[in-house]
Amino acid sequence: MALPRLSLSAAVLVMCQTAWTQSPTYGLGRSPSSEEIRKWDIAISPTGKELPEGQGTAKEGELLYRSKGCAGCHGATGSGMHAPTLISRKDVKPNPAAFCLAPCVNDANSMSLHSPFATTLWDYINRGMPLGKEGSLTPNEVYALTAFLLYKNDVIKEDEVMDKQSLPKVKMPNRDGFGLPPAWKHGEPRLQGYP
Amino acid sequence: MDAKRRNRRGFLKSGAALAGLAAGGSKLAKGQTQGTPAKKIDELIAYGERSRFVTSIRVPVAERHSPDEFGLTFHVLTPLQDSSGIITPSSLFYTATHRGAFVPDIDPKEHRLMIHGMVDRPLVFTLDELKRLPYVSRIHFIECLGNRARPTHKTVQETHGLTSCAEWTGVPLPLLLKEAGVQSGASWIVAEGAEEVKGDSSIPLAKALDDCVVVYAMNGEPLRPQQGFPLRLMVPGFEGIYQIKYLRRIKVVDRYYMTYDDYGHINPDPKVAALTHIIGPKSVITFPSGGQQLSGPGFYEISGLAWSGSGAIRRVELSTDGGRNWKDAELRSPALPMAHTRFGYHWNWDGKECVLMSRCTDELGTVQPTRAEVAKYWNQPLDQNFRVPGADNSVQPWKITSNGSVQNGLA
Ligand code: HEC
Repeated sequence: MALPRLSLSAAVLVMCQTAWTQSPTYGLGRSPSSEEIRKWDIAISPTGKELPEGQGTAKEGELLYRSKGCAGCHGATGSGMHAPTLISRKDVKPNPAAFCLAPCVNDANSMSLHSPFATTLWDYINRGMPLGKEGSLTPNEVYALTAFLLYKNDVIKEDEVMDKQSLPKVKMPNRDGFGLPPAWKHGEPRLQGYP
Repeated sequence: MDAKRRNRRGFLKSGAALAGLAAGGSKLAKGQTQGTPAKKIDELIAYGERSRFVTSIRVPVAERHSPDEFGLTFHVLTPLQDSSGIITPSSLFYTATHRGAFVPDIDPKEHRLMIHGMVDRPLVFTLDELKRLPYVSRIHFIECLGNRARPTHKTVQETHGLTSCAEWTGVPLPLLLKEAGVQSGASWIVAEGAEEVKGDSSIPLAKALDDCVVVYAMNGEPLRPQQGFPLRLMVPGFEGIYQIKYLRRIKVVDRYYMTYDDYGHINPDPKVAALTHIIGPKSVITFPSGGQQLSGPGFYEISGLAWSGSGAIRRVELSTDGGRNWKDAELRSPALPMAHTRFGYHWNWDGKECVLMSRCTDELGTVQPTRAEVAKYWNQPLDQNFRVPGADNSVQPWKITSNGSVQNGLA
């Protein structure tokens, strides 16, 4: 076991030192068209560079929240149902900085409060919701639903229009309250001096 | 060939029927083989089964009912108390679904893996193409970040059952990334699954170029659906959520993407964040463990598992007096990097109440801490409510009472 592992990482080291952009060795796999890549590529960067055209407001989102079935699983008020809380309750003290594990929402903490970027919300509604009919929402609908949840969590104003320019710029409550995972390096401990 | 096979099957069937006839009617003495119905014999020829006297099973975590209101099986625990050696049988491997995911029913002929983003040559692979490429087989554990012993837990299945270890076979990710040609400026990859919510995680490019594997087989057969059939990303030593099941896409990017899976990991304290991604050196005694019963004083072979997300296990120590004295245990299996490692320890129980503990050291020299040591590091009081920040790799005490029953030492 140990030997192939070592020789592989040695090979990787060599590869890293020489150019990574050399020609392929095996010639397997086909090249996708840019249209195909665009269709698959649903991962949205915090910069929002992959966000599509379109726009929406909280008012439009409020109607969609009911008509698209979100309320049925997440509750009419956005909490208290089987699916995770989407609208934090005002009567519970929110603690957006609290350590949490997936799923990290509770009545006082929702994605709108905990994620440092509004793009997380857009990305997840677009890829995963409504559960059972994922991928059925149009970009306008996803912008509107995102705006609605941000507004209900007091992150944006009711009339703010969300689109590919404004969404990444939303100042999220937890924007400065998170530590990135450390740069990973082979052979280094998780945390120097712990415990 | 076909006719021949049919004949053989016919023969076996009638043979079985005869055996059944012979057994039928007469009362069998205890322990004697019973006649097995012909259909069953066919099934057993095709796919073996364990003895009906072996009843070890997985159970769902007590904290969240499975299946839940949405039909999701959430976290299901492996029965470590019954384990031997280092390989977890695929049927008993712990499972944790990707958040909100049902287990998808994927036709491998339709499944594709796309590699794109900051690469010179975006590529799409079929499973057949991936299987034509050079492959590796490696033994690695996977552990869920939620694997955390609580005072209410009774058994090692409850305290530690969200870790399992298997042999994984697949194509090294560095090879695939080299085929695509990673561009300069890239620093992360986003790996994504094909299930409903298409769960995705950001993974450091340095790790992707080190020892990650795009896996299609587990313990000598195709991956089980609960383990990501037909493709899974293996990120050795990183916590479970990174081991993307139903892998369909790898996007090479220039930053942390803060995906749905990522945002659950973030923490304002970078020190806690650092302890949240990689599994620290950890060990646990599986025999004797909570809920088991010693039949009386005398010789027992203590058995347990040790593992670390940062490499191979170098040493396991054992205490039979609640951590006052430690002696070396013996490694009873190969000590492979990021793999469960089996240890053993000769023990003569004098029949008195005592507390058993194990602790391990990995190849970086990092020693598994006790809860007291962790509390001291964070300058927090040590009581039942103390929660180890990040991944909990603290020492597990088992209390042996004078009547031989084994209890959770945290209770
Ligand atoms: C069939 C039930 C169902 C419907 C309908 C549904 N959801 Fe969900 N939603 C869920 C479940 C279950 C989860 C949690 C997934 C998990 O944690 O694994 C979830 C998670 C989410 C999350 C992430 C919450 C978090 O931070 O963990 C968001 C945001 C969300 N849903 C938005 C929506 C929106 C917007 C709609 C309507 C378009 C919608 N959902 C419709 C069941 C549903």
